[in-house]
Amino acid sequence: MALAKKSLISTALWRGVLSILLFLVLWELGSRSRHWLIQEEFEWMRNLLAMAGWEKKYLPWIGPIPAPSEVLKAWGGVIGDIGYWHSWYKSFSRVAGGFIAAMIIGIPFGLLLAVSRTAFGIGFPVFEVLRPIPPLAWVPASIIFWPTQELSITFVTFLGAFYTIVINVVGGAKSIDLRYFQAAQSMGSSSWDIFRRIILPGTLPSIMVGSAVGMGITWEVVVAAEMISGGGSQIGGTAGGGLGFFIWNSYVGGSYEQIVVGMISIGIAGFISSELLRSLGKYVTPWLRLR
Amino acid sequence: MSQEDKLKSKIQAGEIVVSGVSKEYGANQFAKEVVKDCSFTIERGKLTVMIGPSGCGKSTLIRLLAGFEHPTAGTISINGKPVTGPARDRLVLFQETALFPWMTTYDNILYGPRARGEVTKETLELAEFLLSKVGLQEFRKKYPTQLSGGMQRRAELARAMINNPEVMILDEPFRGLDAMTKELMWEYYSALYEENRRTNFFVTTDIDEAIFLADRLFIMSNIPTRVRAVLEVDVPRPRRLLDIVENDRSNEIKMEALSILHEEAMKSFSRGSKAAADFVEAYSKRVAKT
Repeated sequence: MALAKKSLISTALWRGVLSILLFLVLWELGSRSRHWLIQEEFEWMRNLLAMAGWEKKYLPWIGPIPAPSEVLKAWGGVIGDIGYWHSWYKSFSRVAGGFIAAMIIGIPFGLLLAVSRTAFGIGFPVFEVLRPIPPLAWVPASIIFWPTQELSITFVTFLGAFYTIVINVVGGAKSIDLRYFQAAQSMGSSSWDIFRRIILPGTLPSIMVGSAVGMGITWEVVVAAEMISGGGSQIGGTAGGGLGFFIWNSYVGGSYEQIVVGMISIGIAGFISSELLRSLGKYVTPWLRLR
Repeated sequence: MSQEDKLKSKIQAGEIVVSGVSKEYGANQFAKEVVKDCSFTIERGKLTVMIGPSGCGKSTLIRLLAGFEHPTAGTISINGKPVTGPARDRLVLFQETALFPWMTTYDNILYGPRARGEVTKETLELAEFLLSKVGLQEFRKKYPTQLSGGMQRRAELARAMINNPEVMILDEPFRGLDAMTKELMWEYYSALYEENRRTNFFVTTDIDEAIFLADRLFIMSNIPTRVRAVLEVDVPRPRRLLDIVENDRSNEIKMEALSILHEEAMKSFSRGSKAAADFVEAYSKRVAKT
């Protein structure tokens, strides 16, 4: 049994490794097209591209993008740079700040909307009007509202996660089966007891779903906000204002390899945050993983 | 005193009297009368089974008995006191499991005492006793999704019994279990009842289940619901599964019940109910055989 499970995991792992390797090889080949596409034996391909209206001496889309080997070299250049790690730290702390604030405010607010009709009647319409406003539309306003740039970026990040969390909490709490309430009531539960031992755990799975989606939005928002606002103080020249600013700065400075380094860094950062959240989810909802 | 005796000494079997109860949904010209002028008594210490065609308003009656809803007319009282809302003296076991998915078997069983702040050494001992009674000691730390259908029903019986209700109300509790498990649960449940003699009110659509379990059998009419007939099932206890086929008295009562149910099904068939058509067909085949 244990053996079968182990081999299953390694198959999945190998497929994952293969997928990444294949992707890197194709990418490398594609971006090196300006070297091999001009050679004679690829004339047929040039003709084919010419028929489709592409006259240049490299492949469309992928051609101008720096190859993985070049990106790796650029990465090697910044990996020892304190400024690069400071960008990581900046973005992470903004995401964490905004996200944790969204949970601290969003979860009780959502629960309140779910259990009290009065609160729902008063709070929900305003919430629904504010919700469609994209967090990025808040950037100029929040720069005016908040005393520091740090606070305004964190605020925009907060908005990214807040709405999703609230909507999921309200939906989750309202979809708890009526039978659970009736069963609890007939066993003599008080309202507080029902809230604590039925509504709260019953909503937890939806809270985790909302948080996972919210976390994704948070990364989207923080990067864009850093690009727009310039990301605050600059330490170490190239970076210091977060990963979004790192990318923007590389673009302005004409270092295309570093743009890709920044993009992949964000991918990794997002992956780490999702994994952390997933393990938190497994820990707080043990009954869901044991089917 | 053994746990068994302790449990028994606490049992107070209650009696529920339903008189002239009606229940309407909707208002004015849209009103639909589901229960009409319904009267019956759930006798103390007896296992009363209610059977009726599906969709006849049995579940509505249960919600009224439990106090989740209130009748439009008439009164329901338990031990002479009127029913005003849900309370622990009448516990309901629902059609599908209502075990809390986020609690282990043990926490589920202790839900009631904890909710009321009545966790004493004695309660914990009782919980242990009930766990072994329903054969779930080894599953105490499992969550409901890790239990089989039959285990879930047994855990739920234990969760109800620890609250020592005066009346247990069961709404088609074994529906959805496979045939073998279902018959096991019949034996299991009737043995529990025979030991404790609580007041039990059991709702079903399964005629074999009804006759195997019942002391008294209520046959309900079509919508609007009322008690169409009351049969005393005087088959001796303890009962065995073989009684269903072998016991003549049991078969006699079954035929009597079936013919009344047939009449009710014919009535709703003539009103266009498809579910009734199946019943009428199955019934005529069964009569042709005997």
